[in-house]
Amino acid sequence: MNDSFLSLRGVSKSFGSGTGVREVLRDVNLDVQRGEFVAIVGYSGSGKTTLISLLAGLLQPDQGEVRLQGRLVTQPGPDRGVVFQNYSLLPWLTVFDNIHLAARQAFADWPHQRQVEHVENYIRLVNLTPARNKRPGQLSGGMRQRVALARALAMNPEVLLLDEPLSALDALTRGTLQEEIKQIWQQDRKTVVLITNHVDEALLLADRIVPLTNAPAATLGPSFAVDLPRPRDRRALNHARQFQEVRESVTDFLVSQRRRERESAAPRAAVASSRPTQHAPIDLLPPRRASKPVSAAV
Amino acid sequence: MMTPPATTNRARAWLGWMWRTTLHELLPPLVGIGLFVAAWWISSVTWASSLPSPARTWEMSKLYVLEPFAKRGELDQGILRFTWNSLVLVAQGYAIALAVGTPLGFLLGMSKQFTRCFDPIIQILRPVSPLAWLPLGLILFQKSQPSAIFTIAICSMWPTVLNTAVGVRAIPQDYLNVGKVLRLSRWTMLWKILLPATLPYMFTGFRLSLGIAWLVIVAAEMLTGVPGVGGFLWQEYNSLIYEHIILSILTIGIVGFVLDRLMSLVEQRLKFA
Repeated sequence: MNDSFLSLRGVSKSFGSGTGVREVLRDVNLDVQRGEFVAIVGYSGSGKTTLISLLAGLLQPDQGEVRLQGRLVTQPGPDRGVVFQNYSLLPWLTVFDNIHLAARQAFADWPHQRQVEHVENYIRLVNLTPARNKRPGQLSGGMRQRVALARALAMNPEVLLLDEPLSALDALTRGTLQEEIKQIWQQDRKTVVLITNHVDEALLLADRIVPLTNAPAATLGPSFAVDLPRPRDRRALNHARQFQEVRESVTDFLVSQRRRERESAAPRAAVASSRPTQHAPIDLLPPRRASKPVSAAV
Repeated sequence: MMTPPATTNRARAWLGWMWRTTLHELLPPLVGIGLFVAAWWISSVTWASSLPSPARTWEMSKLYVLEPFAKRGELDQGILRFTWNSLVLVAQGYAIALAVGTPLGFLLGMSKQFTRCFDPIIQILRPVSPLAWLPLGLILFQKSQPSAIFTIAICSMWPTVLNTAVGVRAIPQDYLNVGKVLRLSRWTMLWKILLPATLPYMFTGFRLSLGIAWLVIVAAEMLTGVPGVGGFLWQEYNSLIYEHIILSILTIGIVGFVLDRLMSLVEQRLKFA
């Protein structure tokens, strides 16, 4: 059973203590194959960031285990590149220095010149060569996220963990970056776990979509395979039948989950917490068969 | 045909702009200073007969201001020469304060255990007046110069300590996560993340510390008789030349103001977007 590349087995995680304890994840199981692109889709506040922190090794599960290539994950490591939702670039370092900091750690034994060339390559990969010597404060959100992506890639990790990397961006930038991520992934086919609240984004990029039910005590739902041919074209996708089917199934699952949660809200609220659980709306797509394909990017 | 009037218009507009700016920027402070001097003058001719009037103060201080670097004797020097002496003394005490205060602040910010150990004693020592430290310094060092430096250092240290500690605690978790994910060594973590992230807070501490260091100088010089602005002030009080007391007060105030401005300029440059 445990021969998958990246696996979570019965992972649970709670925060707080005593009466304020809040179970965020309960009994989460996931298997990711080498070279697979998995998207985890869920509502805001459903514990997605907790899940990625567990994969990154920034958090330890209360129960269960996280394994990468059979080894137990107990701390962060250079085999997992993380792109955080809020970029997390160091504002006092230039684009180059931010990426170099990562490359220097991952390839400490390389001579300086080789490290520099390596970094330059990744700056070129994300089209930021003109901004090489700028600081994050001088860059737009999309450019910052590109730097963060280059920083993660420059460590040449086994797995790329993307924690809602595009959710802070405007729709157009988001579309452009989706294309870039798609292209970069097609070049080296790294294993990727993408966390998103955007079903279309998941459909465009992933091999498999796994919905995450709501916190408290969120867990992963059944996988939905995305067997669309690559390279995928956003416009063509909108008209593909399978695209629409998967989109419908994933959305239906999340919506039905939510409905069930609401129906059972009264007894659980008394047990879990007095705080009403409110969720920001998930990107619930334009009406199916939207008149303009562009709207899918929004 | 068109150009000359355009140029004159522009020149006129510029002059108008300059005039308005001057009016806006300079007039209010000048009015304030004028009112202050007027109040001073009225006081000196009415209820406070021993207070020298502004004109008399200038008359008596002229020599010290117009020959600012003259040295006529140990306690009879130009005002800027005195100021320089004081600044040198302050710089020494301040340097010690920063050298001790910054690492102390880092330890307090990074370790809860350390904070629990030492925060109480810091809170107790912090409000102690320079007048209380000075005799202890004299006992410890026997000489006036080192004890003045000791007093300046120990009094001005606290804002640096506390602000650095607050700065370290306020480092966003994101930056720390980056450090963890990249598996930075402790040393790299300190230089690339902790120090730059804390720098703005540290400099706020540095600025406040400098203000206190300068505040302490007068007290320290008064009690030890070190030649400087404060020593001069005390000596002229004993010689009943009250005009020079006012001269010293104004000098101390202006120098303190300039130091604070300079530090806040540096501070501004450290703010990140």
